[in-house]
Amino acid sequence: MKIGINGDSAIALAWKQIDPDVCAAYPITPQTIIVERFSDFVADGEVETEFVTTESEHSAMTVCIGSASAGARTVTATASAGMALMWEMLGIASGMRVPITMAVANRTLSAPLNIHCDHSDVMSARDSGWILLFAENVQEAYDNAIMSMRIAEHPEVRLPVMHNLDGFILTHAIERMTTLDTHDVKDFVGEYTCEHSLLDIKNPVTHGVMDLQDYFFEHKYQLVEAMDASKPVIDQVFTDFAALSGRKYEMIECYRCDDADYVTVVMGSTAGTMKEAVDQLREEGHKVGCIKMRVYRPFPWEKIAAAVQGKKRVAVMDRHIGLGSTGPMFPEVCSTVIDQDSPPDVVNFVYGLGGRDVPVSDLKEVYMSMIEERCDKLNFLGVRI
Amino acid sequence: MKLSLKELSKSEQRLTPGHRLCAGCTEAIVARQVLMATEKPVVISQSTGCFEVSTTIFPYSAWNVPWIHTAFENAAATAAGVESAYRVLRRKGKVKDDIRFLAFAGDGATYDIGFQALSGAFERGHNFLYVCLNNEAYMNTGIQRSGATSHGAATTTCPAGSCIPGKEHHPKDMTMIIAAHEPPYAAQAAPHNWKDLITKANKGFEAGGPAFLNVMTPCPRGWRHESNGAIDMSRLAVDTCVWPLYEYENGKFSLTSDSLRIAEGKKEKLPVTDWLNSQGRFKHLTKDKWMDTVETIQEEVDRKWENLQKLCKL
Repeated sequence: MKIGINGDSAIALAWKQIDPDVCAAYPITPQTIIVERFSDFVADGEVETEFVTTESEHSAMTVCIGSASAGARTVTATASAGMALMWEMLGIASGMRVPITMAVANRTLSAPLNIHCDHSDVMSARDSGWILLFAENVQEAYDNAIMSMRIAEHPEVRLPVMHNLDGFILTHAIERMTTLDTHDVKDFVGEYTCEHSLLDIKNPVTHGVMDLQDYFFEHKYQLVEAMDASKPVIDQVFTDFAALSGRKYEMIECYRCDDADYVTVVMGSTAGTMKEAVDQLREEGHKVGCIKMRVYRPFPWEKIAAAVQGKKRVAVMDRHIGLGSTGPMFPEVCSTVIDQDSPPDVVNFVYGLGGRDVPVSDLKEVYMSMIEERCDKLNFLGVRI
Repeated sequence: MKLSLKELSKSEQRLTPGHRLCAGCTEAIVARQVLMATEKPVVISQSTGCFEVSTTIFPYSAWNVPWIHTAFENAAATAAGVESAYRVLRRKGKVKDDIRFLAFAGDGATYDIGFQALSGAFERGHNFLYVCLNNEAYMNTGIQRSGATSHGAATTTCPAGSCIPGKEHHPKDMTMIIAAHEPPYAAQAAPHNWKDLITKANKGFEAGGPAFLNVMTPCPRGWRHESNGAIDMSRLAVDTCVWPLYEYENGKFSLTSDSLRIAEGKKEKLPVTDWLNSQGRFKHLTKDKWMDTVETIQEEVDRKWENLQKLCKL
């Protein structure tokens, strides 16, 4: 069914269709609509979910870890400062291998206080052992919420998943999208079975132990293996989802890249604007394309390396600045090309901080500065200096 | 609950020997008493601290029951998560057992860093018993002051100096703060009086909502007393009215056991100097220059004891 809906409500709708066992969350702009809409479904008895309205995001993530360890399928949502407050618990969730899924309505971090979009919240958690998915539009935000569960709960993965959607740009904007039948969603996600539930009193298990120098490294390495194992699982889930929905996703999406000399690498809603910039420049005769990264963790090394090979120049678009360094994606994309015989020149554009509008004209300028060799290694798109 | 040592000695060993707590530590004693207070299956949530690190060093575990630790400041929230899963999975028929939920946390994890999570869990009405193993300082990290540390006590962050005689502030009254949440049950206990403690833990397990048990848990290393002295310290805390035994049940406060007998004049109330002189952490207070501090501590103990007696008569 085609409906008009904003990104937050689309997440809440996906949750309603999934009917998770536990949702523990704390309200924060621009995530709030998710928990508001979902609490409507709880209040009206449309889901059986135990909805825990915690007193902080730290407790929200803690409740999620406790409930998931007790065998409950568990969801939550946050943004910005909320993620910062739960940051300690993010690594504990992945380290304890609980398949929580969390919607993140990407918003910048203070100071100065600002409620609008950039990726500084999720980027601060990029190494915390969570699988990270990004959405270009409301449809993808909805689809990611459903697919995340299958990825997280896969026995060879058992890692938490963050499915990101750009604050306000996607969370609050109403777009047209196609829903799935609730029955199909339930079938797709299936039943969750927990291997070592705390409620299995006949088989008591100690969760969250003290782990010293003699074992810690090996247990961390198991997370490395789980991240590696998630790649074929993600591909399979995307394939299965395509069979259900007709929408086929890939870890990266290459748009008009085949004969392009100049490409950008971009995540989130800006990918949509970037495609428009590519279309306009193509009409003007420029050989340009863009690579949208849907999955940022695990990082799709091989796919990025193959996609940028042979290009003249690549601009990595970071909606976050690693202060004192570059955007966080930049060195990672650079590292994919270091073994190539004649690697492309890779440059970095930091853009859209604090929700700064990113119009098509600005993105066209990114390409033109690459083509006309006017760009620096590190560029700040549109900032008034 | 009828209690006899003979019967209790036959109860299941939920915390097994072989853990690595210090000699003379009362945490294991308190935990074993609490775990004897119900025959129902128990799932435990525990904050970071001495008790957690000494019972679960991988690949060993001293726990014979399902047990979870996530972090320091969130034993209540972790328990709330497990209990929420239990509610929904029981509703869906996926879990059949009648389970009790228990959280163990130290005083730092309760009075200070974990207070918000504790308060939130009590406000939301999660059905679990929260036991504070109160040894009056951050013992796991080496005896730093907490909001539970006694006035005048020396710790490694409020040492007895030439200008400042140890901790300058009275401890928070956490049991009263929890009682102000108006839960079905809250109480103070001490391990020398096992019958009182187990009875209270049983009431907490069966309260049908959030229950709080604040237990005086002497620490030989932190308090600087002999390792065979912890039970004596527990007794002194009660007999000096530094740590009155009482409970808050369905909106009513009542003194229990020895504290009730002191209030009724059937047992002598000992001076606080008996308590202070028994422990190395108060040793500096015997100097003449800190006499005022000792008097202030006695006045504070007396003031709170009078207030508590009034509350219990209401």
